[in-house]
Amino acid sequence: MADVLFWIDQLGMALALAGGILSVIGSLGVLRFPDLYTRLHAASITDTGAATLMLFGLALMAGFSQEALKLLIAWAFVMLTSPTASHALANAAWSSGQKPKLGAFSLMSGKREPAEADTASGEKGGAP
Amino acid sequence: MTEYAPHLDTNTIVNFGLLAMLLAVLVAIVRTRSLLAAVLLMGIYSLISAVWFVVLDAADVAFTEAVVGAGVSTAFLLGAILLTRTESLTKRWQDMVMPGLVCVGAGVLLFYAALDLPLFGDPSAPANAHVGRFYIEETKNDVGVPNIVTAVLASYRGFDTLGETIVVFAGGIGVALMLGFGERSMGDLPPALRSPVMEALAESDHHVVLRSVAKLLIPIIALYAFYVQFHGEVGAGGGFQAGVIFAVAVILHALIFGLADTMDAIPPELARAFAALGVLLYSGVGVINMINGGNFLDYDHLFPLAFEAGLPGSHLSGGYHHWGQHFGIIIIELGVLFTVAATMIAMFYAFAGRAADVVGEGARG
Repeated sequence: MADVLFWIDQLGMALALAGGILSVIGSLGVLRFPDLYTRLHAASITDTGAATLMLFGLALMAGFSQEALKLLIAWAFVMLTSPTASHALANAAWSSGQKPKLGAFSLMSGKREPAEADTASGEKGGAP
Repeated sequence: MTEYAPHLDTNTIVNFGLLAMLLAVLVAIVRTRSLLAAVLLMGIYSLISAVWFVVLDAADVAFTEAVVGAGVSTAFLLGAILLTRTESLTKRWQDMVMPGLVCVGAGVLLFYAALDLPLFGDPSAPANAHVGRFYIEETKNDVGVPNIVTAVLASYRGFDTLGETIVVFAGGIGVALMLGFGERSMGDLPPALRSPVMEALAESDHHVVLRSVAKLLIPIIALYAFYVQFHGEVGAGGGFQAGVIFAVAVILHALIFGLADTMDAIPPELARAFAALGVLLYSGVGVINMINGGNFLDYDHLFPLAFEAGLPGSHLSGGYHHWGQHFGIIIIELGVLFTVAATMIAMFYAFAGRAADVVGEGARG
């Protein structure tokens, strides 16, 4: 029995660590991606995913207790609010005329192909 | 001074990491020309300080910093920016010499004063040796609530907290004097011009996700505010945090469903009345104690002594319940909740009502 509890604890730590690593990867994405939508993609998915991993890991470490329940409630709150916030941000950007960058994108040079049209001069999108 | 042995445990590393992050955010705030970015960075600054307070085991302070600093004050500052401009003005360097000198002078003085501060966690520091120790040792006998922070805030230092509540109230009145209570624009403008930005938000089909989630979350946030309120005696939390959280629920409603709808649900007059009622409730408890023969805000005299001795488990008849202290703390926390929540809501109405004016003027001109 004690062995099972030990491994549950280890699993919790591994999940929390994975969540931490995922947040670092997400931050890298926010810094490296070319435009708002891809950056938002990196930020929101890793934000929600990392929070999920960390909160579940912590809940496993807390064991069958009130703390675990509170962590699960916090997770439910994050699952509701974090994607909604990302949606609101993307929606506001699109409504105010921000266009995603399209076309070939060289990962090695980090520069856009020069033939692509300028994204800022696109027509106002999303307006009814 | 006691000898300081430097050691690197996890706590120290986390402390220094968080302080370094605070410094980095601070530099970013100073360097950015965009006021919008500065406001958001200040929210991040507050959030990092809140995390730092948690590491320092100051859960109540962290809670306040998170809800006030990172939450509602960011919303207010964004509202203020909406009324002005989003870029700071560039100044000539000659105009910045004197303020710069004052800042550097103040910084030097603070560093000089910091040399005399006791070491972090020093058990012989005045804060730990005298009153702090007294509170820790005597709270159980004097007040009988598990959360010592609440005991200090609401009972031992009830007079200070009354002052803070009045400061919040006075701040709300100050904003109202400058901007009005927000109903000016609501009354004067034709319905088409009532807060067009927010009305457009509420009408637009793009925001169906926001509206669904907000409808789900607002009751939960309000409920959580009351949990924080009534849990303050045994855990982290209390009237200030609960009031701000409740106000945030109302502000969220206004942002998503439109100011007019929110003002129908919670009229500005109601917010004004509750802001005053909270202060009245708080000081009223103090006066009742004086009528019953105690000092101002000495909750042991909230009930007449003969009455309290007759209550079950009263400390006057050998039990461990301090009923006067319990009820006194609950009532004054309720007063704090009323004042803080209502003042925050009234201030938001003031900002948002003027935003309607600004946008309306733009539409007409």
